[in-house]
Amino acid sequence: MSTSSPASPDTPVKRETFSSRRLFILSAIGSAVGLGNIWRFPYIAYDNGGGAFLIPYLVALLSAGIPLLFLDYAVGHKFRGSAPLAYRRLHRAAEPLGWWQVLVCFVIAAYYAVIIAWALMYTIFSFTEAWGDDAEGFFFGNFLAVAEAPGLGFEFVPSVFFPLLLIWAAVILIMVAGIRKGISRANAVLLPLLVVMFVLLVIQALFLPGAAEGLNAFFTPDWSALADPGVWAAAYGHIFFSLSVGYGIMVTYSSYLKRRTDLTGSGMVVAFSNSGFEILAGIGVFAALGFMAQAAGTGVNDVVTQGIGLAFVAFPTIVSQAPFGAVMGVLFFGSLVFAGITSLISVLEVIVAAVQDKLGWGRVKASLVVSILVAAVSLAFFPTSTGLYLLDTSDAFVNSFGITLGALVTVVVLAWFLRKLPLLSAHLNRISTVKMRGTWMVLVAAVVPLALIYMVANEFISKISTTYEGYPEWFVGVFGWGMSGALVLVALVLTFIPWSRRSKAHDDPEYDALVEEDAKEAAL
Amino acid sequence: MTPIAITMMIIAIVTVWGGLALALLNLKRHPEDEGALPEEPAREL
Repeated sequence: MSTSSPASPDTPVKRETFSSRRLFILSAIGSAVGLGNIWRFPYIAYDNGGGAFLIPYLVALLSAGIPLLFLDYAVGHKFRGSAPLAYRRLHRAAEPLGWWQVLVCFVIAAYYAVIIAWALMYTIFSFTEAWGDDAEGFFFGNFLAVAEAPGLGFEFVPSVFFPLLLIWAAVILIMVAGIRKGISRANAVLLPLLVVMFVLLVIQALFLPGAAEGLNAFFTPDWSALADPGVWAAAYGHIFFSLSVGYGIMVTYSSYLKRRTDLTGSGMVVAFSNSGFEILAGIGVFAALGFMAQAAGTGVNDVVTQGIGLAFVAFPTIVSQAPFGAVMGVLFFGSLVFAGITSLISVLEVIVAAVQDKLGWGRVKASLVVSILVAAVSLAFFPTSTGLYLLDTSDAFVNSFGITLGALVTVVVLAWFLRKLPLLSAHLNRISTVKMRGTWMVLVAAVVPLALIYMVANEFISKISTTYEGYPEWFVGVFGWGMSGALVLVALVLTFIPWSRRSKAHDDPEYDALVEEDAKEAAL
Repeated sequence: MTPIAITMMIIAIVTVWGGLALALLNLKRHPEDEGALPEEPAREL
């Protein structure tokens, strides 16, 4: 962090930029590659047709994921602002969409950091195999000290609280240092490190006895799955969550790009890197699960799991049984930590950028206030004996009624009400090398909303028909439904708070110059 | 591994990693617009 004197109020501070396209791509990949790539994709693929899942997966990637990624890029890059400012510049009435995305990021950041803290502790536990021979009992009982009933308690669990504090301290340093010295550098170091560690992990897993059985289970195609609409919905759902689209991250990151940047060419690299990492994760995870099944004398189908169960129950078990298990544990949990941090900083940047734009604050002030606020919420609610229930509920609801519903509303408003797709398409094609024109508009206006409607409807029906996970109704009502509704209400309230006089919404000569330039170019 | 699983694994790797290779190649053939590069670095406070 440098300490040059802050600009006087009269000289507007220039918007930060990524110093090169390469660093932007690295940061965008760092954001997209997160815990979901490692612990969600392998199971989703296995559960939805194995090798046959590749077809719906690629179709969803090309027909919805990449088009939506380009939409985010176009909005952020053309209107050169945080999500609320970019949408406001697109149309005044669209500002609440930006705030909705900012609030979704607030919720995600608060609980996402907690999982990184667990992974950090498990990296250390791997040396001694602290879980002994009961990984499940250790995780839920000894480590998290999960209360028997869901509720809201403030019984703090120190073994989670302190690593979480450490994660937040590290993340706050990165955020304060800014786009070039913080976010770019963190990604330039952590992403290559993550890839190297993960490749080593996969190689180690492939040499375990039983690995081939695991890969058989993962890749053997069940062609009948292709006739099941649920499988296609799973493919679209996974692509949406995996690419980090639709909740402000890519809008924010692309607003830091220089003017003449190849947006779609860069986006293709980001999208395929994300998928490439997922395939790698599938190979590594199933090779390890094949070994676990063989050691337990059961079939692979008896040991497959995802999410927390995969990372904190199955993997510790594998670490205990595998030769050089400690190495494997450090590689696996270290990968989770690095993949998590590079995603967490992108989620936080959405909020920091929005506060900077709205209030006209400088980088240091905005990033400190925002990060400390989110860290305080995260530390107050999650490292407790009831934190796991809260994490589970907020994750499920913010995914369904924050990200998915928010993306649906955004796409419909942009495409059908404000009819901005031709404008955005022209912006994408101005410089970019991968041109999509009409196809892109059809995909964004029709295919993407249809897929999202199906997902939102599905989620709504399943969550309304039974109380989520059988938790108490008041609990799901407040932290599930209530939280989801509050995001929309608070987004509207934030829209009505006037923009600061110092804000870029009022005075942004850089942006005005760009608009002029665009107009000139269009007139030619 | 069974032949069908090996086949699907190869197809998955070739399409996804091949897609990445093509995307990288495309980007390499269109280097950043150097004319727009000499920009004042943004203030980092």
